[in-house]
Amino acid sequence: MNRRLLSLLLILLAGGAAYLLFPYNLAFLTRILIMIVLVLSLDLILGLAGIATLGQAAMYGAGAYAAGLFAIHVWADPVAGLLAGAVAGALLAAVSGAVLMRTQGLTLIMLTIAVAQICAEIANRARGVTGGADGLRGIRPGKVLGLWEFDFIGITGYWYAFAVMFLVFLALAVIARSPFGLSLRGIHESPERMVAIGVSIYRRRLAAYTMGGAIAGIAGALSAQITQLVSLESFSFTLSAEALIMLILGGTGRLYGAILGTVIFMAVHHVAAANDPFNWLFVIGALVLVVVFFLPRGLVALPASLKRLAKGGRHAGS
Amino acid sequence: MTLLLNIAVDGVAYGMILFMIAVGLSVTMGLMRVVNLAHGGFALIGGTLAHWLGTEVGLPFALVLLGAVAGTIVIAMPLERLVYRRIYGFGELQQVLATIGLTFLMIASVNLWQGSSLLSITLPEGLNRSVDLGFRQLTAHRALVIGVGALVILGLWLLLDRTRFGIRLRAAVDNRDTASALGIDTGRIYMLTFALGAGLAALGGILGAELLPIDAYYPLRYMVLFLIVVAIGGLGSILGSFVAALAIGMIETASRYLVPDMATITFFVLVILFLGLRPRGLMGRAGA
Repeated sequence: MNRRLLSLLLILLAGGAAYLLFPYNLAFLTRILIMIVLVLSLDLILGLAGIATLGQAAMYGAGAYAAGLFAIHVWADPVAGLLAGAVAGALLAAVSGAVLMRTQGLTLIMLTIAVAQICAEIANRARGVTGGADGLRGIRPGKVLGLWEFDFIGITGYWYAFAVMFLVFLALAVIARSPFGLSLRGIHESPERMVAIGVSIYRRRLAAYTMGGAIAGIAGALSAQITQLVSLESFSFTLSAEALIMLILGGTGRLYGAILGTVIFMAVHHVAAANDPFNWLFVIGALVLVVVFFLPRGLVALPASLKRLAKGGRHAGS
Repeated sequence: MTLLLNIAVDGVAYGMILFMIAVGLSVTMGLMRVVNLAHGGFALIGGTLAHWLGTEVGLPFALVLLGAVAGTIVIAMPLERLVYRRIYGFGELQQVLATIGLTFLMIASVNLWQGSSLLSITLPEGLNRSVDLGFRQLTAHRALVIGVGALVILGLWLLLDRTRFGIRLRAAVDNRDTASALGIDTGRIYMLTFALGAGLAALGGILGAELLPIDAYYPLRYMVLFLIVVAIGGLGSILGSFVAALAIGMIETASRYLVPDMATITFFVLVILFLGLRPRGLMGRAGA
């Protein structure tokens, strides 16, 4: 119990420290926070429920476009916009998940990519609504909770994104401890036994996928409100793949792995990708292979592995 | 009527290309149970080599084709030994990640070597001439694609059905452990099959460059397309991939002709509905 409080405190401290240490990089820090929300949603779907997906960008993009359109046409309130994004992400996840959760393995992975591609195609075609390849412009979010206006330097944006990330983290920590979360873990580890004790795997997985979709939608909505622009890139395969890589880098199923992996990945990206995206592909390709071969459980398992290595255990690092 | 014939001819040509590229993927997935997202990368490598051999070295087309396919196989074999062999036993998520990593490395290498622009493949004069089919003109190149595709399926059938290698391969696909217990060198079969699949992908990539243009991002852009062929055909089924590739070629061509604005969406919706109803594909094996 204490340990969990401690980790929450640590996140708060890290958020404050980052703000004080990098006051001129707030836009980049905010970007990291948004990605953390997206990777957390993936941790629920993949880390907890064990659903292999490469299409998390579909729900992220749906949330981004929904929040953007909501702000332009309905109401500029940011929190209401987040809700709109969450609803859009959840709806898309529920509808596509109804078919996707019937499949598994390669077919499932391929279909999740396909769903994101369909979304990108629809957004591209519906130029009148979404702005097509030019992106959705003119999003002007109002004051957060009617108190804080989005400023030019991004102070409000940073703390707003941080608060949302923190709440999402808390909610997921509660979900992971709940009976529902435990049943997801059970499905992940042994679907046959869960069927044997009378759990409907399909429904639980669909519910998890929908929840993850809602959170990914929130991440998309945050990005739409803070960058005030939604582009077709929101649906890109690269985004889904990078989110997955961040999660695996940090370690799945443990929430703080998602934070750790995202921060490290984004920091490396910031340095390595400075102006040549192709050289960045070398870095990320090599990084992924290193993680898969040498750190299959991610960075959060590193201390335990090192400890075992120091003790001379036979299965160190595995 | 002419429209239907047009769709049929273009669809078959397109389907043959998809088949050549995807069949190796299907067999390696059925055989090694590895989710290989990097397979399109071999088509990219083949296309890049063909571009280089054709425009910079200046070889005639037949040699370009041969050299590029051979070159791809030479690259694929050590990759199988060094990387793929290690991930056969991993979970599918690790396999997905490792092969995405490989794909990124392939894209970056091609870019470093040849840049990120379109890599054209020069065709000889003879292939640009058109053949009169009565109802329409068909370029000799497309006729060649259809011909080569037919030869490939015939060759694969002969290889699998009539040779000792084919018997061993089928045994290994059916049950890897029993096959290796019977003294079949499954490791060698894996490598040969992998090389064959990579070579066919290169062939399909080069011949199909007119329809699926080659540039550094090729493997990501068409990854879903190739995976769809495999998923619909059913893992490990060559005939399944062939039927699926032709059907997909036809459907996509038809939707381009009939509903050009909604082609991609129509196509994907049909695919998703089909796989929702038949998650194992046309000829999928139980438990694959």
